[in-house]
Amino acid sequence: MIPRQAGGDDRRDFEHATVPPDGRPLADQPKWRRDFPIDWAQDDYVSRRELVKFVVLTSAALTAGQFWIVLKNAFSRRPAPPAGAPIATVNELPVGEAKTFTYPAGSTPRLLVRTGTSTFVAYDQQCTHLQCPVVPAVAQRRLHCPCHDGWFDLDTGRPVAGPPQRALPRVLVEVRDGMVYATGVEDAAS
Amino acid sequence: MTSRSRMVRAQRMTIVNAMLAFVTLIVILQLWLLTATMNAYLGGDTSTVVPAALASLVCLGLNAGLLRYLFGLD
Repeated sequence: MIPRQAGGDDRRDFEHATVPPDGRPLADQPKWRRDFPIDWAQDDYVSRRELVKFVVLTSAALTAGQFWIVLKNAFSRRPAPPAGAPIATVNELPVGEAKTFTYPAGSTPRLLVRTGTSTFVAYDQQCTHLQCPVVPAVAQRRLHCPCHDGWFDLDTGRPVAGPPQRALPRVLVEVRDGMVYATGVEDAAS
Repeated sequence: MTSRSRMVRAQRMTIVNAMLAFVTLIVILQLWLLTATMNAYLGGDTSTVVPAALASLVCLGLNAGLLRYLFGLD
């Protein structure tokens, strides 16, 4: 049924062309009828409003994802620090030389470098740029990644030139009774 | 229907469009926040996890407030 305008005007109200069966205005209709309008103008409004609702639901899902990370972080078990392990004897490594080892067992290759008569440093051998193996350049007090010409400081493991942005993870070493022991691994610092 | 109510409908349509733009912008921000946090977390940096979650919660609050206002128009 098409309502006529007040005053007998024959122009149609295209926003409310359809009249509900009971003849009451749309605002007095049950929710299901208001949510599924027939007229285009009202339908445009309802569908746009429902889209906003859906986007807010997406927003809630993204927030839930953030809190899932928080919970995962809170309840994740930190691995126990590995026990110390012998990795070399002092005599097998002349000053300026290096050897590779794994610590803890099954880790990525590590690099032990003798930097002085009684000083050793050890780092993860994988470059923090694209995992190429780094090689020691003891004379320059640096570690070099030949793939993309990255350079790290030998004493701290921090990047000093080239594409790497993060420091090499450091392996803590200790010298006791002529043996070099790995005693822990420090997280990489930028 | 009178022309006044038609104008109100047009206004409501403008408002709902503006809301949609705001809410979409905020959701894009949240999506970026989630990917950046996940990237940092998987890289071993856990310091950003809680601040990012709080920022996302604030964004959700903003969105919920806008939606509440929108439903208040009806």
